[in-house]
Formats: sequence, C-alpha cells, structure tokens
Amino acid sequence: MQVKVNGKSEDIQSGSVLDLLTLKKIDPQMVAVEVNDKMIDREHLATTTLKEGDLVEFLFYMGGGR
Amino acid sequence: MEFTEEQINRYSRHILLPEVGGKGQKKIAKAKILLVGAGGLGSPAALYLAAAGVGTIGLIDSDVVDLTNLQRQILHHTSDIGRPKVVSGKEKIAALNPDVIVKTYEERLTAGNALKIFSEYDIIIDGVDNFTAKFLINDACFFADKPLIHGGILRFDGRVTTIVPKKSACYRCVFKTPPPAGLVASCQEAGVIGVLAGIIGTIQATEALKLILGIGRPLTDRLLDFDAKKTLFREIKVKRNPHCALCGDHPTITELFDDGDPFAGCAVRP
Ligand SMILES: [Zn+2]
Repeated sequence: MQVKVNGKSEDIQSGSVLDLLTLKKIDPQMVAVEVNDKMIDREHLATTTLKEGDLVEFLFYMGGGR
Repeated sequence: MEFTEEQINRYSRHILLPEVGGKGQKKIAKAKILLVGAGGLGSPAALYLAAAGVGTIGLIDSDVVDLTNLQRQILHHTSDIGRPKVVSGKEKIAALNPDVIVKTYEERLTAGNALKIFSEYDIIIDGVDNFTAKFLINDACFFADKPLIHGGILRFDGRVTTIVPKKSACYRCVFKTPPPAGLVASCQEAGVIGVLAGIIGTIQATEALKLILGIGRPLTDRLLDFDAKKTLFREIKVKRNPHCALCGDHPTITELFDDGDPFAGCAVRP
C-alpha cells in the first residue's frame, strides 16, 4: 500500500508504525512520530496500524546550534 | 522616545515599510532579545538583530572562541581566538550599531539561573548545541512565559520553529525527552556545513522581529526543516499535545531541571 513518509510516497507492506521503523532500521527512541498530523506516543507505535494514504512523519532530533 | 536624524537614516529601509514604519521601529528599539549561545546560530541572529536596531541584546555563553568555531560563527574573528564569546560578540554588535545595549552573561545556562535571566527579556532565541540546554530553554520559556525561537543545525539539515508557551506546541509536545545519550553523536563528531548557521539563525532573527512587530504569521505549530543538499524547505505541522509533560493537561514537570546529560552531544539522524 502507498503511504507518504516524510513527504515521499512509499510502497510498504501493511503493518504498524513500529514495523515501518524496524524496516527502516530506525530506533524508536530517536524519533518523534506523527501520523496524519497527530503525534503517536512511543508506547502506541506497535498498536498503531498504518493504512493506505497515511501521512507519516519521522521527526529526528536536531540538536546543533553552535 | 524620539529618533535622531541619524537613526531615521539608519533605519530608513525599515521605516519605509508600511508594516514597520516609525512606530514599528520604536517597538524594535524597545525590544529585549536574549540569545542563548553566541555561536553558530547566535552569530547571524545577533548581527541582524543589532543591525535592525533591537534595543537590548543579551548574550549568554560560557565558551571562549576556538579556531574550529570560525568556519560558521561569524560573530567572531581570527583575532578573537581564546577570548570569551560574549566579549567578542559584544564588541561586534557595538561596532555595527552603537544604539544597541548588550548585556553579557559569561556562564552556562542552568536550571538555577535561567528564569532570572529570561525574566529580563521579551523573546528568547535558542542557539545551543546540546539537548539538555534545548529542553531547559523550552521549559524555562514555559515557566517564564516567554516566546522562544528554537533552532537546530546538523550536517546539511536545519530546523526552526517558534514556540509561544501555552498557545502553541512546545518542544516537549513533540520530543518528550532528550534522546538517550548513548545513541547521540556529538557535534564535533557530526560536523555541519557552516552556511546552515546563517540560514537558520537568520530565520530565527526574522521570527523574532515579526513577533516584536506583531506582523505576519509566526512559525508556530510548524517545524520548518531545511535540507541544504536539496535546497528544500519542508513544513511539518505539529500541535499542542494534551499529554505533554510540561504544557499538557496534567503536567508532571512543575519546576526547572537539567534533563539528560549536558555533555551528551547534539545529533541525530540515524
Ligand atoms: Zn508542550
């Protein structure tokens, strides 16, 4: 199915947000996740199932400034 | 307060703008802006805000200028190596615009001094390089009720957002806690393309001026991410999180504290 991940269309297997993170080898502790403009608590990543057309944002920490 | 003829000339390109005018320029002249960090992001912000005629600019930084800073920290020159950044910064601002009062704090921002220092300013600009400080600034702005212009840069990526406490999403609404220290690369390890500091720091200064003037649409409830490799800006909508530990409905953070390891570094894209 098609979802948008950080603005880019991707064809993925159906599954949870956590499955997608695992597939992308992203440690859930390193991102804040939004699906359709709604923040998903870390403890709900495994139980949030993605559906066709979902807009997923993986927000990475951006720390520098000096 | 009346402007002298010289000041009217100096700020004429502002005063010509209907959105600014003499009235707006006076608002700028009365504004007090604190730059936390007189480094990469703080440099362009300090210079543009000084040029704009911001009445009082505060600089807080405990560091001295290092050779490796000069690739991006344009507030400091080669001859400043070894000198405190706040001293070097104050000199550059004074040289650019003697109208500006510069207050310097040659210390680290801590849970102990943040509220007292923040209370003297209208707007706070985040130009720090570690997550403990970024969370501390976010929390202190919430408790002191001060708008915050948040910025971050790393490698070829930058991010900026405006936070108006209790009105728009705060940093903790999105990122609950600092990332685990073990997973984070330090800024020294990560590297950053120097010009990013100019791009993001200048957007931070723009946001601060907009807030002072009360014009336009602030960068609230939006993260503006910049990808220098693609020259691409992306806006990510965010919302206040009712579960936010700081500004949510049932807050668990009720006083300032240093969250995480202040030396844990700055990064990260996995
Ligand atoms: Zn919040």
